[in-house]
Amino acid sequence: MQKPSINHSFQYPGSIGEMPSGPCADAGVLVEANAGWRVFRPVLDAAKCVKCLKCWLICPDGAIDRSGKDYAIDYAFCKGCGICAYECPTKSIRMEKEGDDVE
Amino acid sequence: MTTLSKDLAASRQFISANDAVSYGVRLCRPEVIAAYPITPQTTVVEKLSEFVANQEMDCQYVNVESEHSAMAACLGAALMGCRTFTASSSQGLLYMCEMLHYVSGSRLPIVMMNANRTVAAPWNIYGDHRDSIAMRDAGWLQLYVESAQEALDTVIQAYKVAENHQVMTPVMVCLDGFVLTHTYEVVKVPSQAEVDRFLPPYAPTENRLDLAAPKSCCISVSPEWQTEYRYKQHAAMQAAKKIIGDVDAAFGAQFGRRYGGLLEEYRCEDAEYVLLMMGTIAGTARLVVDKLREGGVKAGLVKIRSFRPFPREEIVRLAQGVKGIGIVDRDISFGYEGALGTEVKGAVQGAAPAINFIAGLSGRDVTKDNIEAMYRKVIDLARGQAEEEIQFVGLRWEQW
Repeated sequence: MQKPSINHSFQYPGSIGEMPSGPCADAGVLVEANAGWRVFRPVLDAAKCVKCLKCWLICPDGAIDRSGKDYAIDYAFCKGCGICAYECPTKSIRMEKEGDDVE
Repeated sequence: MTTLSKDLAASRQFISANDAVSYGVRLCRPEVIAAYPITPQTTVVEKLSEFVANQEMDCQYVNVESEHSAMAACLGAALMGCRTFTASSSQGLLYMCEMLHYVSGSRLPIVMMNANRTVAAPWNIYGDHRDSIAMRDAGWLQLYVESAQEALDTVIQAYKVAENHQVMTPVMVCLDGFVLTHTYEVVKVPSQAEVDRFLPPYAPTENRLDLAAPKSCCISVSPEWQTEYRYKQHAAMQAAKKIIGDVDAAFGAQFGRRYGGLLEEYRCEDAEYVLLMMGTIAGTARLVVDKLREGGVKAGLVKIRSFRPFPREEIVRLAQGVKGIGIVDRDISFGYEGALGTEVKGAVQGAAPAINFIAGLSGRDVTKDNIEAMYRKVIDLARGQAEEEIQFVGLRWEQW
């Protein structure tokens, strides 16, 4: 599974005539980041991570980023559900309250 | 399209209006029917289940546990690009209500038959329009018919209207319970080949589920975009006004029967006193008009076939030069007046004095005498006599 990505070439309808004939849209097209309501954020400790892929398998939003050397979490799409932290067999992911740290 | 061994040949049959609807549906070749039985609709879906069981229709017949599920199943099938049919009545239609809005908002051209029956309480299985009128704003076209032949023909027309890409809106074909649904008459059943020529297979728009071009359908739409979808629904209904007339005319050219499109006028050319109504009451009222005309009274009647979209312009034109009008409602919006009364009076805007007659509730007979009395009251009103604006026809202990 690919992690979600924003389709920057998406064009909103420019007139009534350009709107679809019913309320439908091409599947799998994301037009904006979607994670604004997160209360807790998962923070991954790469030193403890054994790359077992369990978090990648179960993340409902596909927000586990495997593109780099270490795994990371894509905060543009992570909703903060905490399933990854709960399931992580090496306890490499901890949930931190949003806003407690200073970015 | 599968060719079935028992393709219908043209015939004349002595059948009920419910059977006529079933033949009309069969001739339209729906691919999915999902239905739940309710009096007085039951014999429609029974007959269709027989057609399917006897392999006279190439169709998936889905037995469901409720009317809500029936319409939900039709919605799913329609999203897959199938032509679909269902039927209901009264309490069943009310139970279907949520899905009626879902289907019209999703712009799926489902056709359903409604056997008009009152709604409880008091419990009663007989006919009036209070069930479908309660669904007025569900976003469906509503066509009311007068005879078994019109019922069969209107089902065929309904698919042609609904599936027009300018419309793509579901259609409810309404038949008065028992008085029409269970009354037998000679009906011309057209041949399958003739109907195939009139009604090509359903061609969906891009608003469908398709593995080759995956779509999210029935999507959430934010406040920033919802108004535009509602505008489109309204525009489609407005476009349907012309298309209902065009389809009726094309049907007439091919089959030799037409019904006036949005409404039918009877002896209205020079009419001074006009009653407007929907459904079977028009059949009786024609006789009364003839009798009044023989006595020198310039009476006319308007049978409104399409309640949604509403034929405002046609009614405004008809009201010109008329001295008095009566609107016959088989429903009542408690605390105001009959639904048709509201629409007609809103359209004519006082061009002629009007009385709203509430009649035929819950299967109460509307007799020729009742209808003649309505005309007399409209004439009295036009001559300046005081008349109540809303009158319950035949109310016990009142002078009628």
